[in-house]
Amino acid sequence: MTGPGDFAIRAILLIPLVAALLLAVLPGYRLTARLNVLATALTFGAALALLLGGRPAPGAYLLVDDLNIVFIALGTLVGFTTSLFSASYIQHELDSGRLTAGYLRFYHAMYQALMFGMNLALLANNIGLMWVAIELATLTTVLMVGIYRTHEALEAAWKYFILGSVGIALALFGTILVYMAAHPVVGQGQDAMVWSILMRHAAGFDPSLLNLAFIFLLLGYGTKVGLAPLHAWLPDAHAEGPTPISAVLSGLLLNVALYAVLRFKLLLAANPGALAPGPLMVTMGLVSLVFAAFMLYRRRDIKRLFAYSSIEHMGIIAFAFGMGGPLANFAGLLHMVLHSLTKSAIFFGVGHVAQVKGTQKMADIGGLTVSHPWLGWGLVIGVVAIAGLPPLGIFMSEFLIVTSTFARQPLLAIPLVLGLLVALGALFLRLNEVAFGPVRGSVAPAKASYVPMYLHLALVLTAGIYLPPPLVEWFRHVAAMLG
Amino acid sequence: MDRLAFDIAHLLAGGLVLVSFMMLYQDRLYALLNIFAVHALVLAASVGWQAHIQDAPHLYVTAGIALVFKGLVIPMALHRMIQRLGIHREIETVIGVGPTMLAGMGLVALSVAVMLQVTEGADPIAREDLAFALAVVLLGLLMMVTRRNAVSQVVGFMSLENGLVLAATGARGMPLVVEISVAFSILIAFIVIGIFLFRIRERFDTVDVQALDRHRGERQ
Repeated sequence: MTGPGDFAIRAILLIPLVAALLLAVLPGYRLTARLNVLATALTFGAALALLLGGRPAPGAYLLVDDLNIVFIALGTLVGFTTSLFSASYIQHELDSGRLTAGYLRFYHAMYQALMFGMNLALLANNIGLMWVAIELATLTTVLMVGIYRTHEALEAAWKYFILGSVGIALALFGTILVYMAAHPVVGQGQDAMVWSILMRHAAGFDPSLLNLAFIFLLLGYGTKVGLAPLHAWLPDAHAEGPTPISAVLSGLLLNVALYAVLRFKLLLAANPGALAPGPLMVTMGLVSLVFAAFMLYRRRDIKRLFAYSSIEHMGIIAFAFGMGGPLANFAGLLHMVLHSLTKSAIFFGVGHVAQVKGTQKMADIGGLTVSHPWLGWGLVIGVVAIAGLPPLGIFMSEFLIVTSTFARQPLLAIPLVLGLLVALGALFLRLNEVAFGPVRGSVAPAKASYVPMYLHLALVLTAGIYLPPPLVEWFRHVAAMLG
Repeated sequence: MDRLAFDIAHLLAGGLVLVSFMMLYQDRLYALLNIFAVHALVLAASVGWQAHIQDAPHLYVTAGIALVFKGLVIPMALHRMIQRLGIHREIETVIGVGPTMLAGMGLVALSVAVMLQVTEGADPIAREDLAFALAVVLLGLLMMVTRRNAVSQVVGFMSLENGLVLAATGARGMPLVVEISVAFSILIAFIVIGIFLFRIRERFDTVDVQALDRHRGERQ
């Protein structure tokens, strides 16, 4: 059974793995940065081939279906553009002496290892394998967050490590409980951990065991999604690590954890006796949204500001998937894709801003649209997009979420809209300070690559104006699958 | 014979909970490490017994990892590190021993009540193992939140992880148990020992996490 699909799957997994090994030993900044870009580009190509070409039948370990292919295509795309941004970002870090050649090798190797871990987690057809892959992805990001070795970076990495490990441990307990629920029906051994087999037999599982398992899984993987009250690691990890990692964390890793939650939600939905997972996700989503929206006002650090905005948006997405139904699921998927693109674009901009100004404190940054028009206006567009204003894409997905909530649960729409408006106010307050007004901080020209940022923003704008019908059809299909 | 097999499994899993309790009231790092080594030994015996009664030879590998890696290598490495780095030997706790023990008892009662109720259909050994495993996991979490210094938080995390291994071996025929225990060992060895404590030591004069808190971002 070696069709083109199998080849593509192998390429998606093997390219990052081989690249990680190569990058760990190869010297020289130019060569390794290019190799990093090349590897992510090839992985993205393989993902496209998988998307457009035929899909192989699910094996014992790997699975491709309509749900995870969305995440894979999005993940490899953001991985590719982030590696482009990373190349110009890292050069500045080397010039300014914040990173040495040895650490750079380590950074590139970890970047590819992270890509491998995420792709494996998305492709895994086995709940144990998925858990191991998410652990690997966590491990690599912990190491990258601590790479600058400053007080703050170490604290952030430590906090991330402790909270991330606890989350991972709870998720494993949940995974074991799922196995316990499955094995009387499916039989002992490998089969009781394989997604495609679990889904077929889910109706016969013991519902109370499955409920308990889901609570552990939601708390465990929810920690990694950054849902309140388990979000404490997220702002620190985003603020203190290298900015490409902030972009990848917000744009990809949170989605991967969310994907795991969604898979288990599907499993529960297939069992008539199990509790409805929706209300739990709705509650956690709303709490995250409202909490993060208010926290946005007190931020002084620009990367932390957008980290809290990520918590807010993951809350919105969890809320949408928790509501369920074709419309809310569709909006949740769309919102997830657009949030990844927008937030990573914002971090691309913020990374260069922080390098040019030599600080992340918003009080020391001002008048960006005058001093660095390309960066400044990019940031303005990004914030307008993330705040959910038309004509950019996030307006549409938020609009869909709000209207479907009004139609079905009007009371829930009140905190939802409140959170959105509060967050919008906070973002514009800060944006005004940073992008307009008198110029503060250095006016040295930025050596930046604007392509990744504007590419993402263009995609988000296009999505807001025109969604191609095949894409809509495909999302609709996935939304129906999510139930 | 079946009855005896069950009783021994019960004894060993219950022993693990008991040792978790012993960790809660230690106020010296060395003593804590010794108790952790005992924890790992009990786990190894429990996993070994499960391997024997389930006739699952691959579980002996997990038992071996628990015995050698967690019972010997990690405690000895941490021991040396405390010596070399001159870390304070006393453990600072957030709340006193009394309330911690009471909370621990509450958690054990909770996990037994929850697990025995939801696993009525499962086989008795797996049921008891899961209940005890959840208790060990929760006690490990309790230890992580009530301790201030990094080494004892790591020990708390490792005891939590021992509870997970117990749960995984109790679930009869679960695949990937060995792989998962290896993944966990890598997580612990790689991050904790190799990098973090040394880096923290290199930059700070203490491995007290409170000291790290002073360096929070968002300073004016």
